[in-house]
Amino acid sequence: MQLERPTLLEAYRLMAVIRAFEERVSAEFAKGKIPGFVHLYAGQEACAVGVCMHLSDRDFIGSTHRGHGHCIAKGSDVTSMMLELFGKQGGICGGKGGSMHLADFDKGIMGANSIVGAAVPLALGAALAAKTKGTDHVAVAFCGDGGSNQGGVLESLNLASVWKLPVVFAFEDNGYAETTASAWAVAGGAIANRAAAFGMPGELVDGFDFFAVHEAAGRAVARARAGAGPTLLHLRTGRFFGHHEGDSQTYRGPGEVAELRRNHDCLKLFHTRVTEAGLLEGSALDELVHQAGELVENAVRLAEAAPLPPHHTVHENVYVSY
Amino acid sequence: MTRILTMRKALSEAFFQVMEEDPSVIMMGEDIAGGQGAPGEQDAWGGDLGITKGLIGRFGPSRVLDTPISETAYIGAAVGAATAGLRPIAELMFVDFMGVCFDQLLNQAAKFRYMFGGKTRTPLVIRTQIGAGFRAGAQHSQALYPLFAHIPGLKCVIPSTAYDAKGLMIASVRDDDPVVFFEHKVMYDRISDHVPERPYEVPLGEANLVLEGEDVTIIAVGRMVHMAVEAAGNLAKQGISCEVIDPRTISPLDEDTILDSVRSTGRCVVVDEAYPRCGFAADIAALIAEKAFGALRAPVRKVTPPHTPIPFAPNLEDTWLPSPERIIETVSSVVGYRR
Repeated sequence: MQLERPTLLEAYRLMAVIRAFEERVSAEFAKGKIPGFVHLYAGQEACAVGVCMHLSDRDFIGSTHRGHGHCIAKGSDVTSMMLELFGKQGGICGGKGGSMHLADFDKGIMGANSIVGAAVPLALGAALAAKTKGTDHVAVAFCGDGGSNQGGVLESLNLASVWKLPVVFAFEDNGYAETTASAWAVAGGAIANRAAAFGMPGELVDGFDFFAVHEAAGRAVARARAGAGPTLLHLRTGRFFGHHEGDSQTYRGPGEVAELRRNHDCLKLFHTRVTEAGLLEGSALDELVHQAGELVENAVRLAEAAPLPPHHTVHENVYVSY
Repeated sequence: MTRILTMRKALSEAFFQVMEEDPSVIMMGEDIAGGQGAPGEQDAWGGDLGITKGLIGRFGPSRVLDTPISETAYIGAAVGAATAGLRPIAELMFVDFMGVCFDQLLNQAAKFRYMFGGKTRTPLVIRTQIGAGFRAGAQHSQALYPLFAHIPGLKCVIPSTAYDAKGLMIASVRDDDPVVFFEHKVMYDRISDHVPERPYEVPLGEANLVLEGEDVTIIAVGRMVHMAVEAAGNLAKQGISCEVIDPRTISPLDEDTILDSVRSTGRCVVVDEAYPRCGFAADIAALIAEKAFGALRAPVRKVTPPHTPIPFAPNLEDTWLPSPERIIETVSSVVGYRR
């Protein structure tokens, strides 16, 4: 299916914003501006954007510890996210969540989640609510290759099939769970193969190719909306950074990341494809990259200037009577 | 001769020694070596903070096992292996992750010896990181040891010094019951003290009298011991003499040392990094109310975090944590208490 020009522009814009955000977060983290743990999504942009472009604010996603990309693709405000990462007042969680716990329920984001695989059962619950209320909303459970081995995730695949829930399992296989290769840790060859065991369709998708992800996710989301039940997507992708910022990545092969950036950069692949097909001009795409840089620059400037969260907020948003 | 080691080095030395002396000791966990199945460096991390680095090189991959991220499966395998003749040390990277695999401790490991009429033993050590101060947010910073102390059949160890860390670890591995060993992530490199080179045990269930004093007893574990000692130093300048006691294991608990001290001082402050409700501090306060009420000259007071999740922003996290200042304030209020 040929995508319309505005859709193509929006896809590239979102991927460019995620890329700019993550490259900048890496730099700010290195400067000591961002406390705690940070896991960057750069390299995987086609996955989040290819899936989330099929969703509205009323559709839910469950995310992972590597969640910045999902939040941006689902429509979260970049400045509020940056404030949160900096631990500042006005952050998307008031400075009480941080990078690993970004949540934005107005946008249908049930939260980044720093427990591997833990968001998958949560997304199941959102799908159950949609089904119970009789809406056509769907839920997407993002999960990594590491999370695919969690018992609770496997239990969730089963229950989603048993209850025929409107849920899409989007397994982003970036090759590593921390240091451990998915080729070693995921038995059975491919996560996609596990779908058959739970009686649902499973697709192995090139996660570097926005168009491949977008098409496969379109089929899965349509199936869920139509009440036909869950689908498992196995998105083969790769991360440009370490497990977290500070990871020396000595477990990776020599030149591995450089090769990823050279030949498997989803933004470059998209750029080449649409310009060679004459769908968009390179200048329009370059302008989007420029705007993404400005957006992120502005977010960092505001985050640096913002006040710290007031101390009394330690006690807020929780039931406490003593 | 005094030999100063960090808690990190002391623990590492304990692992090398227990694995050397007993071939039934194995170790398992996520990235405890690192790089499993990957093309690059093996033993890339040696555990997420490098505490188990080098073990795979000495003892090989059949005794130092990296696992997929599947806590339910591998903690369960460690429990099973313990009942079948091994002495596994399983690492749960952060205690917060216990939520994904609790059943294997709660209903399996803790119950076997009792439930099977003494016909089996479960010599298992679960090592896990606790504690706030890393800006790691609500899901990577908790001090959940009271949850485990609540369960009969589990032993709970919380070292505060490098010396204790080594001796308690060796005692835990040699113990025939399941032990949960809580390591405060902020202390690995910040705490260092005298550690003998030979293997030795610090017995489980024996408190340490850290500081002798006359006016107030301060009970603290883990990182809080150091805050209590700092507070005691300041209070001494104001003429208030504090006795500081570190139980070292909260299950079993050395009640006698605690009660003897409170009977002599007549006052007690409990300092704890765990949540206040139904926690360790509340438990100690209840113990004293029950068994040393007649000796009390003031109410037992607690210094704990508020009963909230742990906030991420550094200023909020610092506010959340107990501090020497809060201990000083609380001790002063107890000393100044008048009926």
